[in-house]
This record gives sequence, structure tokens and C-alpha cells, in this order.
Amino acid sequence: MKRWESYSWPLLAAAGCLTAWYFAVARTHTAIFPSPIDVEHGLVELVREGLLWRDIGDSLFRVGVGYGLGVLLGVPLGVLLGWYPTSAVTVNPVIQMLRPISPLAWIPLAIVWFGISSFSAIFLIFLGSFFPIVVSTMSGVRNVPEMFRRAGLNFGLSPAGLLRRVVFPAALPQIVVGLRISLGIAWLVVVAAEMIAVDSGLGYLIIDSRNAGKRYDLVVAGMLLIGIIGFCLDSGIRRLEKVKSVRWGFRYE
Amino acid sequence: MKSATLLFEATALTTKVKVDDVSMVFNGDGKTVRVLENVSMAAGEGEFVCILGPSGCGKSTLLNIVGGFLQPSSGQVEIDGEPVRHPDPRRIFVFQERGVFPWLTVRGNIGFGLNKLPREERRARIEHYVKLVGLEGFEYTFPRELSGGMKQRLEVARALAVNPDMLLLDEPFGALDSITRLVMRRELLRIWEAERKTILFVTHDIEESVQLADRVVVMSARPARIRRIVEIDIPHPRDISSPHYLELRDSIFAEIGLANKV
Repeated sequence: MKRWESYSWPLLAAAGCLTAWYFAVARTHTAIFPSPIDVEHGLVELVREGLLWRDIGDSLFRVGVGYGLGVLLGVPLGVLLGWYPTSAVTVNPVIQMLRPISPLAWIPLAIVWFGISSFSAIFLIFLGSFFPIVVSTMSGVRNVPEMFRRAGLNFGLSPAGLLRRVVFPAALPQIVVGLRISLGIAWLVVVAAEMIAVDSGLGYLIIDSRNAGKRYDLVVAGMLLIGIIGFCLDSGIRRLEKVKSVRWGFRYE
Repeated sequence: MKSATLLFEATALTTKVKVDDVSMVFNGDGKTVRVLENVSMAAGEGEFVCILGPSGCGKSTLLNIVGGFLQPSSGQVEIDGEPVRHPDPRRIFVFQERGVFPWLTVRGNIGFGLNKLPREERRARIEHYVKLVGLEGFEYTFPRELSGGMKQRLEVARALAVNPDMLLLDEPFGALDSITRLVMRRELLRIWEAERKTILFVTHDIEESVQLADRVVVMSARPARIRRIVEIDIPHPRDISSPHYLELRDSIFAEIGLANKV
């Protein structure tokens, strides 16, 4: 694929979707579903009222803190569990049982504990990102090839040196995969959390636009923004996979 | 009788490694597998010894015991008169090229064991070994962009950089194509002549062992015992069509029970 093709084809596809959307709305004369032009007007209105940046900022802030905590606590815990097989055997059932519980199931408890506040949303995002990070880090550490460990020992490394200079870098590609997956989850969770547990952010924008006047143009505008920001977050974290000391762990180029 | 003459020869050089009546038994899945049986051998300081045997015979196990990665079921290995109990930077194990660290550049790999040295000395050593193995111009390249032969040379350089007394090479060229393998043999001999480390080299390739080694330890199929130790008294560079070379090679073929015909 040529360079211009890698930009122009996706743009063309997006334009095609917008066009199809426009004509579908025009032909069916639907009163609920807005056309792309209505959505654009809605966006302009939000920008003018200054609501848009505030909502985006609030959502990103919550993801930043919740996900950040998930990384800060999840990676070390995962390394620990991977490093000491006994601890993994001990704790693994608990983790595997907590993991399939959707963070959304925690909403009632979160509200009891933290009230209708950013803390509730942050807590839910933390839960959503913490477990995938722990599990992928743990398995990354456990799957470090025996040969690397032995080479490290052969050069006289202490256990701490082995962990820092061999095991962690060897596990890093898989840790990065976990980081990427969990960032996606965090972004999914923030929207849901904001619909119930707080009164600002993109999720709140969507639910509030519907409740206060059935503004479906704003609902769809919020959805589009969530999609675009999610895409940007994913492209951002994908850059980690291109870092040279990590890239060896990924097959595709 | 054989082992007696062997020990005599080795002491003439000052013995570096002494493998004393080593046996190894693995227990697993309710089965007992005898891998090594009463193996005794020695290698002198600066000697190049090949351990030759069929695949899966246990020669790698022997090398792992010498490296201190495994403890033998009975018997012991002594290096410089001290029993081997754990891995040690004085003897570096070289795997097939898969042992290089993919997250480090060529420089990072060669400098891996040198982080206690002052910066200047570390840099000088890295440069020396980059040059010795012919990786100039690739200092900042990551292993995935190197060929198999280059990765193998990188791993040898990483091992040599910590200035070990011994290299333990486990079929190091087994994953390379046959032309690269020939080049690498010549390279290894050149490096060995420059640095004079004691080398234990495990291989299943008869030609390879006769081309490289001062002595070839011929092992049997599992459980591995030493069948014979063949001294290769041909100076380097070796003429591999000389009658004496062919005679030694054919004697090993015969020892292993293969007719020298395809």
C-alpha cells in the first residue's frame, strides 16, 4: 500500500458512511435519528456553550486517574505474582473470580462508598483496568523463556538484578498488550459510569441530552466524540508497541 | 585405562575441568531416565574439547552440569579444583543464538555483564568485542534485525566480554545454514587462538568436531557413557582433505558405528 493510500482509503470510507447516513435519514424522514448536519450543529452549540471541553476534560481526567492507578498498582502486583509461583497459585482463584464481574456491577457500591462524585467513576475505571493489567503482567513474567533467566544468572545477577534486567524487559511486550487492552476497557467504563455515578463527562452528556429534552443530535454527537477519542487513545498507546526495546515481542511490522 | 591416559594428558596442561564419575538420572512422570552414566573426563587450561554424540544422548546435560545449572545425581565436577555448585561468570554458557536479549542492542548485549566496570573501560571492552566478532556498524542494531550468524557471534561476544576462563557451547551453530556454519567455525577458531579460553563444545556433527577440537570425547547413545576420546593432533589451519584428517574422522565414524558412505 502506498503512503497516500493508507490515508485516502480510510477517509473515503468515512465519507461514504457519512453520505449513506445522511441519505438514510433524509429518505426515512425519521424524527428521532439526527442527520450528520444536525449533529454538526449540535457540536457547534456545545462548543459555544463551553460544555464540550469541560465534558471531554472530565472524562479524560477520570480515565487518567483511574487507569493510572490501575497501572501503578497492577504492574507491580502482576510482576510479584508472576515471580513467586506460590503467590500466584494462592491469589489466582480470587483474581479470576473478581475479573469477570463487570465494573458496572460495582456501581451501587461505588455510589454508597464515594457518592455521586468523580471518585465513584475513578474507582470503577480502576477496577476495569486493574485486573487485565495484573493478569497480563503475571503471565508475561511467567512466560519469560528459561534461557533468558539462565543467561542472566550466568552473568552473576542477584535475584533483584535478574528481575530488573532480564525478567521485566522480557515480559514487557506482554505487559504492553495488557496496558492497551485495559485502556480500551477504561474508556468503555468511563462512559457507563458517567451515565449513573456522576453529573459531568461525555457519558453524562449523552444521558442528560436525552433526559432533558430528547436532544438526539447531542446524543449522537457524544457517541461520535467517544469513538474519536477512543481511537486516538488506542493509536497513542499503540506507539508503545513500536518502541524498539518492546517491538521484538510483536510479530507484525 | 583410557581415562587414566586422559587424565595424564590433561594434567600435562594443568587441568581446568575435571568431570569425576558423573551420573545423572531424571525422575518425572513416574519414569526414571538415566541420562549420563559414570562419565569421567578432563580438559586442560586453554584446551578445545568437543563432546560428540547422537542427538538426545545427554551431552547437553553434561554441559549444563559443568555450567552449574544442574546438579549431578552422583559424582562431581571440579573447575580449578573447586566443586561446581552454581552458575558463575567465569564460565559462560552459550546457547544457540536464541540466548541474545532481544530488548537490547548489540552494544547493550555485549555490555550486559559489564555494568560494574567504570564507564570508560566498559566502552572500550564493548568496542573491542564488537570488532573481534566483526559487528562494526551494527552497534545500535537490535537482534531481530541481525542474521542468525550475526546473532551467534553476538552471543559469543557477550560471553567473551566478561573475560571468562571457559566457554561452554551447546551446539552453537546447529541452527545456522551450512555455509554460515563453516564461516563460524573459522571465526571461533580465530577467536579461540586470540583469547585462549578453555572451550567445551557440544555437537552431534563429526566433521565439526574433528575440524575444531584438540580432543573429541565420543559419547554413546543414552544413557551416555564415554566410548572413546580421540586426540586430533593436526595443527590449525587444518587441511580437511589430508590423509591424517580423514583417518581420524573415519575412526570416529567407525566408533559410532556408521559406515563412511552415504
